[in-house]
Amino acid sequence: MTEPVDPTVDLADARRRRRPRGARYGVPAVIAAGGAIGAGARYGAALLWPTATGSFPWTTLGVNASGCLLIGILMVTMTEATPVWVRPFFGTGVLGGYTTFSTYCVDIEHLVAQGRPALALVYLAATPVAALAAVTAGALATRRLLAMKRTRGTP
Amino acid sequence: MNWLLVLLGGATGALLRYLTDRAVQARHDTVFPWGTFTVNVVGSLILGALAGAALSGAMGAGAQLLLGTGFCGALTTYSTFSYETLRLAGSGAAFLAATNVIASVIAGLGAVFVGITLAQAIVG
Repeated sequence: MTEPVDPTVDLADARRRRRPRGARYGVPAVIAAGGAIGAGARYGAALLWPTATGSFPWTTLGVNASGCLLIGILMVTMTEATPVWVRPFFGTGVLGGYTTFSTYCVDIEHLVAQGRPALALVYLAATPVAALAAVTAGALATRRLLAMKRTRGTP
Repeated sequence: MNWLLVLLGGATGALLRYLTDRAVQARHDTVFPWGTFTVNVVGSLILGALAGAALSGAMGAGAQLLLGTGFCGALTTYSTFSYETLRLAGSGAAFLAATNVIASVIAGLGAVFVGITLAQAIVG
């Protein structure tokens, strides 16, 4: 299994230990750039599909689920040949900045405060279920596609 | 201007998540993703405090975009949280995977309530 264990930090990652030239500032720089892009995409989604007060936060749920699907795909496609900046940029930066845990928690509190405890409970459960289903589906589907490609490649 | 605030907050939040995760993960030997747990709980505490300050009218729209949407949104993550949970479950640590989800949600919600209460006690 060559898939990295952690999208952010992988202390066992030998390639990171080798510390290529410029990695010291390069990695934080691509993470910050990715974080700006991810947060911007999430803000854009909130502007496009605003959530009315007291209603189900579909936009945040959609953002989190789609980000989880994408990280499932991303992490499985990573190989030894993947450039070192790809994981920090897309995994830690873009997808980490795009998805949000704090908004999820605050949304639940707001729904309770607005007198919608049942809706809050549904949202509380639906987000981790959707997120875990999405990351699993992304990883499994990509792994299967890559395996199909490999078998087709060998005579 | 609004976009600039979100992008700036997003860049700072993602960078701080990376630095925090690295610092936390270097300080323990367990397979539990304490780094992501930490940023998610701390980010929820701060966003709760911002929500509390907003309720008291002490927060401008610009500050909400910079600190709330940008910074807290990017400091916390659902994608890494889900992926780490999947890895835990896949490596046979199903109990730890379930614990990660339940503990993160409980701690995150608790942090929001603490943040709101603190902000209202200070500002309100």
